[in-house]
Amino acid sequence: MLPTVVERPRRTVADLRCERGRSQLQTMCNKVAVVHVPDGFLDAPTSVATGVLAAGTVALALRKARAELDERTAPLAGLTAAFVFAAQMINFPVAAGTSGHLIGAVLLAVLVGPWTAVLCMTVVLMVQALLFADGGVLAIGTNVTLMGVVAVGLGYGVFRLLRAALPRTRSGVLTATFVAAFLSVPAAAMTFVGLFVVGGSDVPLGPVVAAMGGIHLLIGLGEAAITVAVLGAVLAVRPDLVHGAAHLRSATALASRRPEPAGAAR
Amino acid sequence: MSRGRTLWIAGLLLALLVAGVGSWYASAHPDGLEWSAEQTGFDDTAQDSVTAGSPLADYTVDGAEGRLPGSVAGVIGVVAVLAVAGTLAWVVRRRDTPAPVGD
Repeated sequence: MLPTVVERPRRTVADLRCERGRSQLQTMCNKVAVVHVPDGFLDAPTSVATGVLAAGTVALALRKARAELDERTAPLAGLTAAFVFAAQMINFPVAAGTSGHLIGAVLLAVLVGPWTAVLCMTVVLMVQALLFADGGVLAIGTNVTLMGVVAVGLGYGVFRLLRAALPRTRSGVLTATFVAAFLSVPAAAMTFVGLFVVGGSDVPLGPVVAAMGGIHLLIGLGEAAITVAVLGAVLAVRPDLVHGAAHLRSATALASRRPEPAGAAR
Repeated sequence: MSRGRTLWIAGLLLALLVAGVGSWYASAHPDGLEWSAEQTGFDDTAQDSVTAGSPLADYTVDGAEGRLPGSVAGVIGVVAVLAVAGTLAWVVRRRDTPAPVGD
């Protein structure tokens, strides 16, 4: 007897789109689906404007990062960028049928410093756009603005504020990191919505705000968990290499050995 | 071997492992942005990237399916980012502090 009900495998919209052979977002046809902002979501003037903002920030970061990098921390910066690239490949399930991935902005900023984080994030996003077709090429400026400028800037700002308010302990640093990493994700998402208002397509904005805000609050929890796990591991073995924990080592370094050169933590 | 180098090598191995093996287990569901675009109806405004013809497009090798091409693409990406970001950081670094002796 033939089965009357054919069980169909559950398919996502993206799967169907791939099968129809009219993939708009190339990455959705593959197992790895990082998905940054593609070309076309925002119009050309908005893309150019974010490109100018991103280029200006990167130019400033090239000068400012000098103070954050020395012979010990420069190799860590390259490694952390590579790790962020790898971690971004791992889309984790969020709500039913949705996924999110690490941005890594706060991880970079706390570990190697905010200006170095801007540079590292820019390298990651450019490699993804140019080699892996993840995120549009015209949209590189937009993606750098969202993840390299807003997520790093707001995330590190929140981290600094909380670090000052919390106890000068490892737990204090990790708590500040958790909140900062969490907030960096909806901040980037809402910045995208802001750009979408200016240069996006003509769809009702209410649902865009609700969808982007809601799902990225959930993704932010994943971001915060991964960031704290990685930073906690580095703090456990080499707290002296963590840019955002300089205030911890100054206390212990004074007791055990000669203090760090003044201003090294800035 | 200094602990700094140990940490660096451990970190590199972890990054290679995450990109090369961890990516097998990545969720293929649309991410937050793509999902939002689908829900609210602007997903069809996305255009194919001009680099869509890249041999590594979509984190695979020449469009091949399966785990190995994904691993190869991931490892190449890790090495590429490490080379570019590492070189950039090394060039940008300050030179005024004396090298730590003995560590």
